[in-house]
Amino acid sequence: MPDTIRARFHIAFPSERGQSFCLDVDAMLPGSGIIAIFGHSGSGKTTLLRCIAGLQKIDRGRLIVNGETWQDEKNFLPTHKRQLGYVFQEASLFPHLCGRDNLEYALKRSGGHCQPKMVQRVIALMGIEPVLDRYPDQMSGGERQRVAIARALLIRPRLLLMDEPLASLDMARKQEILPYLERLRAEFAIPILYVSHSMYEVARLADYLLVLDKGRVAAQGAVSDVLSQLNLPLGFGEEAGVVLTGKVLERDSRWHLVRIGFSGGELWLPDNSDLGKEALRVRILARDVSLALEARDDTSVLNRLPVEVCEIGAGSNEATALVRLKCGDSYIIASLTRKSLARLRIEPGMKVWAQIKSAAIVQ
Amino acid sequence: MGFSQADWSAIWLTLRLAGTVTLLLLFIGTPIAWWLAKTHSRWKGPVGAIVALPLVLPPTVLGFYLLLAMGPNGPVGQLTLALGLGTLPFTFWGLVLASLFYSLPFVVQPIQNAVEALGDRPLEVAATLRAGPWDRFFTVVLPLARPGFVTATILGFAHTVGEFGMILMIGGNIPEETRVVSVQIYDYVEMLDYAKAHRLAGAMLVFSFIVLLGLYLFQHRAHRPGLRYWV
Repeated sequence: MPDTIRARFHIAFPSERGQSFCLDVDAMLPGSGIIAIFGHSGSGKTTLLRCIAGLQKIDRGRLIVNGETWQDEKNFLPTHKRQLGYVFQEASLFPHLCGRDNLEYALKRSGGHCQPKMVQRVIALMGIEPVLDRYPDQMSGGERQRVAIARALLIRPRLLLMDEPLASLDMARKQEILPYLERLRAEFAIPILYVSHSMYEVARLADYLLVLDKGRVAAQGAVSDVLSQLNLPLGFGEEAGVVLTGKVLERDSRWHLVRIGFSGGELWLPDNSDLGKEALRVRILARDVSLALEARDDTSVLNRLPVEVCEIGAGSNEATALVRLKCGDSYIIASLTRKSLARLRIEPGMKVWAQIKSAAIVQ
Repeated sequence: MGFSQADWSAIWLTLRLAGTVTLLLLFIGTPIAWWLAKTHSRWKGPVGAIVALPLVLPPTVLGFYLLLAMGPNGPVGQLTLALGLGTLPFTFWGLVLASLFYSLPFVVQPIQNAVEALGDRPLEVAATLRAGPWDRFFTVVLPLARPGFVTATILGFAHTVGEFGMILMIGGNIPEETRVVSVQIYDYVEMLDYAKAHRLAGAMLVFSFIVLLGLYLFQHRAHRPGLRYWV
């Protein structure tokens, strides 16, 4: 199939401290959108990305990207012959070149496919015009990373690999770069493999999610499907929650709220003025969802949805449990104490009311 | 300066020897340094030790073995005889060959250190930007490890200029062929001509000081933050 990324890697790394690490991945990923590779540190996500880039050579691997074989039993395409772009975790600009020359380095090697118009577009998209004449040591961490992303785009990749591009930045810098990444997805039709251990980034950016645990694929699928599963071995802990895609239906200027419709219901959420009409994402954390047996109006919670209990799973500790709820075509999960679960006798199949105390529009 | 014809010929010979050796060593030493910096082979230790031997070995010992090897019964001598080149001892090219061994660590080690300090990351970055191996070497390694290459060039040159013991062993004392400055000074001292010895020795002293001062100033400048690799 042309529009897919087929990756199969198997490797056992002997480690010095006696514990060996084994990466065993066989994944068919979509050939478009942002594909997040999520996992805790040591889960093998960076190793997987390096294998895909050819930076780490694995004898037993097979990799087909949008119909082009990058690696199989006989062939191994070296990194510099793969049509990819790579953004490293820490800013990786060449220190002896200024911002412009760093971009030039990519342009010269892009095979002449890059029109001046495209260069201007990338520079504008990343907002780096003012820093182009500076050397990397004269840029802030966020600026360096934006130049590095621009450089990776100017090589005209067919696949963009990003290894926790925000991990080395503080919260403010992360907020600075995230909108650029969103624009990137909207404006460039190239698949992006995005390694992250931040649920927030995944919820905000990803279309597709591959969860790695101890070198194995624990789950994969559309981001809203994977996040509503209870049996993820990681236990997302406090960060467990779902992402729903919806649309603004109505604005209430008196109370500064917006009504957002998603398949399965509607939510009233605080109105951030810059919301567009198009699709947006709402993230509902499990800990912000509580259950009631009957529809109640004597509560401060604005959003109450009729749901059906699907499944009950383990929570982040002994006292809590996660409950998967079906709401129309969508799923949400709630984090409850086991005590409440027993008191209300909640069981799969029951029709209850979910009270959503808060939800964030992440995009 | 009042140098005699013999002095000038010794100086010219010394510069020619040091220049030839340095140039050859940059070509030979760079791959060795690269290999030592990157390899995980179990031969890294032994090879590194052999390269470093001239640092600790008396020059006469190295000279003695090289003399045997280059002599008519030694392996190198047999080879050069078979090729119709005669034997190398007491010739300029014999000195060049011996100096290659003698000055090798002074060229290999600065380059090795610079390549190690550079790490793999800049090379990986360049590879993801479609730069092939040679492209990476010339556009990333050379500019970023330049201080190491400059140090290697200067130390290799200066150390070859300063040879004495090994030159006597291999080259003897033949005017315009093997009589370099250090040997010429030795001759003057043996003849008790201290005035002439002073002139040449003083020139050597000034030369060495200027070289090392230049090296120090260069290193100082090269280590400004601008050239650090960002991690």
